[in-house]
Amino acid sequence: MIFLLLFYEFFKAGLFAIGGGLATLPFLYDIAEKYTWFDERMLSDMIAISESTPGPIGVNMATYAGYNAGAYAAGIPGGILGAAVATVGLITPSIIVILIVAQFLKRFKESRIVQDVFYTLRPAVTGLIACACVSTMSGSLFFPEAFAGFQFPESLAQLFSLPAIVLFAVLLFGVLKFKKLHPVVFIAVAAVVGIVLQF
Amino acid sequence: MEKAGLLDLFLTFARIGGLTFGGGYAMLPMLQKEVVESKKWATEEELLDYYAVGQCTPGIIAVNVATFIGQKTRGVIGGIVATLGVVAPSFVIILALATLIQHFAEYPVVVHALAGIRVAVAALIVSAIVKLWKKGVKDLLGIIVFAVVVLLSLVLDVSPIIIVVTAMLFGILYGRLRAKAGKEEKK
Repeated sequence: MIFLLLFYEFFKAGLFAIGGGLATLPFLYDIAEKYTWFDERMLSDMIAISESTPGPIGVNMATYAGYNAGAYAAGIPGGILGAAVATVGLITPSIIVILIVAQFLKRFKESRIVQDVFYTLRPAVTGLIACACVSTMSGSLFFPEAFAGFQFPESLAQLFSLPAIVLFAVLLFGVLKFKKLHPVVFIAVAAVVGIVLQF
Repeated sequence: MEKAGLLDLFLTFARIGGLTFGGGYAMLPMLQKEVVESKKWATEEELLDYYAVGQCTPGIIAVNVATFIGQKTRGVIGGIVATLGVVAPSFVIILALATLIQHFAEYPVVVHALAGIRVAVAALIVSAIVKLWKKGVKDLLGIIVFAVVVLLSLVLDVSPIIIVVTAMLFGILYGRLRAKAGKEEKK
């Protein structure tokens, strides 16, 4: 039953993605590997859409994946139901946990265990997001398939996309330098460069 | 504090969800204006507490904060209504885009644009990682944990759930050991 499966997978993502924002990303890549609901390329398009439309990436991705999976099984009505099921699955653990934590907010905030947990969880989550980032880069900045053949590639261009790497360096510099600028600006610049240079 | 109507709760959070791009921290100024100043559903301090706790509990920060404020004004139902409100706009927008994107994705212009955008996405994620690193990786132990996680996830393809749970347990264990060592030193 595809709808139960959607609920279960996004419930898990909602339960274990701690730290907000991009913390859902590693779980989404995990789902992309396991099912055919969306692939890694769609996931990175979705990140761009999430950065340029309102709302958190986790919710956007659940809606999108749920729609794809549901529509594949039962057309557009199935898509809408799938989107709803996946989104509700993602937010259900949050609601339950917060309703419980709200009862003893002060004690939770000052708890020794919570501080201990975060001491190692923060670097771990950073590492997970870094790995998700490598998946985002492969296919656009470098091409892992070229490495896999155990053949010496004829030129470096088969391994790396030079224009993409230059664009990446310029954009990264821009993002780190001009922190006030909205992400949608960088996305728009990259889209124009992509069209002009025929990426 | 004023008692909130459920419809008011839903619409206020739908407005906040629909007007904040990027989620998370981008939402804070909106919440301050709507929830603290105009509706008076929570005080400034309460809002910051919710934010702090919302970051250490599972799930999306925006959702967590909405649940907190909703449940504070109208109990469990309020929590659910506020949360549904905050996700409703993204839900509708993405649903509309999902039906459209299949048709657009075939045009070469769109293909090139998306390929360019993917590079921007990588840059945005790297900048987020830099921020997280500054906030969360404070000493050698942090660097080791980071390196081990990258190895486990990238090379051995270990599930993120196992990594998260292990990191949490390890944190508790390490905290205990440190507390014990501290006590013994005092003696």
